Amino acid sequence: MVAVILTGLLALTADLIWYKKSTSSVRAISLIGLLVSGALVIQQWYRPDEDVLARMVTVDRFGLAIQFILIVSCFLCLLFSDGYLKEKRIAFREFYPLALWSTAGGMLMATSKNLLVIFLGLEVLSIALYVMAGMSRSEHKSEESALKYFLLGSFASGFLLYGIAFVYGATGGLNLDEIASAWSANNLAAKNMLLFGLGLLLVGLGFKSAFVPFHQWTPDVYQGAPTNVTAFMAAVSKIAAIAALYRVLHGMLPLRDLWIPALTVIAILTMTVGNLVALTQKDVKRILGYSSIAHAGYLLVGLLAHFSNPGQIGVTTVLYYLLAYSLMTIGTLAIVSMVAKEGREETTVASFNGLWKQSPLAAGVLIIFMASMIGIPITAGFVGKFQIFVDSINANLGLLAIALAINSVISIAYYLGIAKAAFVSDEETPRVAKMNTGLSTTVAICAAGVLLIGVLFAPISQWLGNDLNETPVMAMNAGQATK
Amino acid sequence: MNLEMIQSFTPAHFLFLALAGIAAATAVGVVAFNDPVRSALCLVGNFFTLAFLYFTLNAELLGITQVVVYTGAIMVLFLFVLMLLNLGGVKMMKEKFDVKRVLGFGFGALLLYVIGAQVILPLNTITTAKAANDFGGPEMIGRALFTTYVWPFEVASILLLIGVVGSIMLAKRKV
Amino acid sequence: MIPLYWYLGLGLLMFTVGAVGVVVRRNPIVIFMCIELMLNAVNLTFLAFARYQPTPLPIGGLPDSWMSGQMMVIFVMAVAAAEVAVGLGIIMAIFRLRDNVDIDEMNLLKG
Repeated sequence: MVAVILTGLLALTADLIWYKKSTSSVRAISLIGLLVSGALVIQQWYRPDEDVLARMVTVDRFGLAIQFILIVSCFLCLLFSDGYLKEKRIAFREFYPLALWSTAGGMLMATSKNLLVIFLGLEVLSIALYVMAGMSRSEHKSEESALKYFLLGSFASGFLLYGIAFVYGATGGLNLDEIASAWSANNLAAKNMLLFGLGLLLVGLGFKSAFVPFHQWTPDVYQGAPTNVTAFMAAVSKIAAIAALYRVLHGMLPLRDLWIPALTVIAILTMTVGNLVALTQKDVKRILGYSSIAHAGYLLVGLLAHFSNPGQIGVTTVLYYLLAYSLMTIGTLAIVSMVAKEGREETTVASFNGLWKQSPLAAGVLIIFMASMIGIPITAGFVGKFQIFVDSINANLGLLAIALAINSVISIAYYLGIAKAAFVSDEETPRVAKMNTGLSTTVAICAAGVLLIGVLFAPISQWLGNDLNETPVMAMNAGQATK
Repeated sequence: MNLEMIQSFTPAHFLFLALAGIAAATAVGVVAFNDPVRSALCLVGNFFTLAFLYFTLNAELLGITQVVVYTGAIMVLFLFVLMLLNLGGVKMMKEKFDVKRVLGFGFGALLLYVIGAQVILPLNTITTAKAANDFGGPEMIGRALFTTYVWPFEVASILLLIGVVGSIMLAKRKV
Repeated sequence: MIPLYWYLGLGLLMFTVGAVGVVVRRNPIVIFMCIELMLNAVNLTFLAFARYQPTPLPIGGLPDSWMSGQMMVIFVMAVAAAEVAVGLGIIMAIFRLRDNVDIDEMNLLKG
């Protein structure tokens, strides 16, 4: 039910604004629509878990939490887009409805156990994103990134679909709940089909969440796309992909002895490659692209910890980390968007020089975001990473815990590099544009959010997770965090 | 495949083999032809043959949809863009031999072997269709599409709207 | 009747040819055609499964099961249509900028 209302609202919002002339009305309507949707999601919070609409939509706490995070991310991205699009001379009002629909696609992925709906949601999310990546029509980079994203994305959905086909062949249905009984039916042919179906599904979703053997597109697309779209992509599409991965893995729980080792290897590779390659990069958006790959690795560790012991270790950690991740990524990219000035954009690390002189606020919050990305205490990034670390030790995944710790150390180097560039000023005129209201609101909300949810870990994770039937563990984790 | 097996074939088997032969050949043609227009025409042939294969599976409505949507709409769009951009003639790209190609074929062989041997061959005992003969008729599909699947159906409308908005946004002249 | 695995084999062959084509070819339009080929292979697989129903007993009952396969095919077609519109739009936009759409010559994005 919830997603119906929401998507209806979003689409309606978009339709309403179609013929309006000025950007501000489009923007206002989109933002208000998102606020209303957020309120509706919260209002559903205590609804009992159920499957509605012919089992196409699942209402549960996980789905609601993801929807909420998606709405927050989309809201923040739209908030700072206006000024950036003006600086870049991109005059497309259609960006707003497309972003909204894309978010709705992500919400669909998070709220369904039906593979058909997950696939449709993924396509709604991606097709809108392909268009948005190519939004800057006069820039070669933007068009090139759109083309790469489009070709690789559709290639990946081909694999995803073939995987769905085999799952369908094995279970006779598209619902993820039916996998368990098909697996236990002891039919060799069906088991093989399920196994390969799962493998192909993971390839498809791995592309979307940028796990390592399938990560090649990420830095290119992040660099080429307009910065506000990069922020949107980094937050919304990653959250949605992780949510869909959670749904699929949840359905595949009976096969977990087979996929946990495979995914462990992928998680370690993802973290390590993401961080090591980031060290060699010179472009901020590329660095953030690789860093988002590394973050996907951390999230995968959290998911693995959850699934290796689902009764004991909650998925709340992952939700919390997703929230923290989206806040800090959007905040950072919002600041990166400041280097676009009068139609030109250079995003090397050096182009941040003089940020401190131009806007102390921006430089200050940049420090907060970098601290959070590294994982320095009291920021949300620290708490999230620490929780994932604790979870992976509790789940006896010591190897993953060690890899995670080492990688966090590696990541300090490049994050510090970005932060330092903001304080070097060897030029007369700063190269960055001035702050505008939308941008400063965005970064203020993100920075406040990063600090607040860092401090308020215990209540937030309780709120996120108190009906996920893992309450005792939550209390325990919360206790550790406050110590 | 021995002689006895071939003797037990009905005309339906030969029809399938003929159609499958055409489908496979045109599929290879799409990849093998250097000229994109030829590739596109091969793809048209492939989609058209697939429609007949859908008929042999009793999925009549989907067979018709296949002709209308794929061969009729999608491929025309492809050819239109090819002609518009004049990619066929002078600007034909030279395909060169490189590492990517070796990798690609290796990957293909792996896929073919793993799925073929492990997944598809174990199913060789299944020769009877369980679905009702009219399972692909318009009535059945309409009923399912507008009852159980009405929610995805609505989502698909949004998806097509995105397609419309997106392509206008990408292709219109400077604003 | 025609054995199920013939259909699946044809589907697999088409899928593989498409996937190899995506890796090997350099013209984005041809790559895109190969992706369409993959989607059609998937559709054939879905329909074959829907008709033959290889599982002993599908949970939702037989009619439910055979319908869901066909529904999937319908939605794949819808997705393909939207994808084609957007994809060819992107290719057009890129062609206007540079008169050349060789995928190997796209190298602005490097680190």
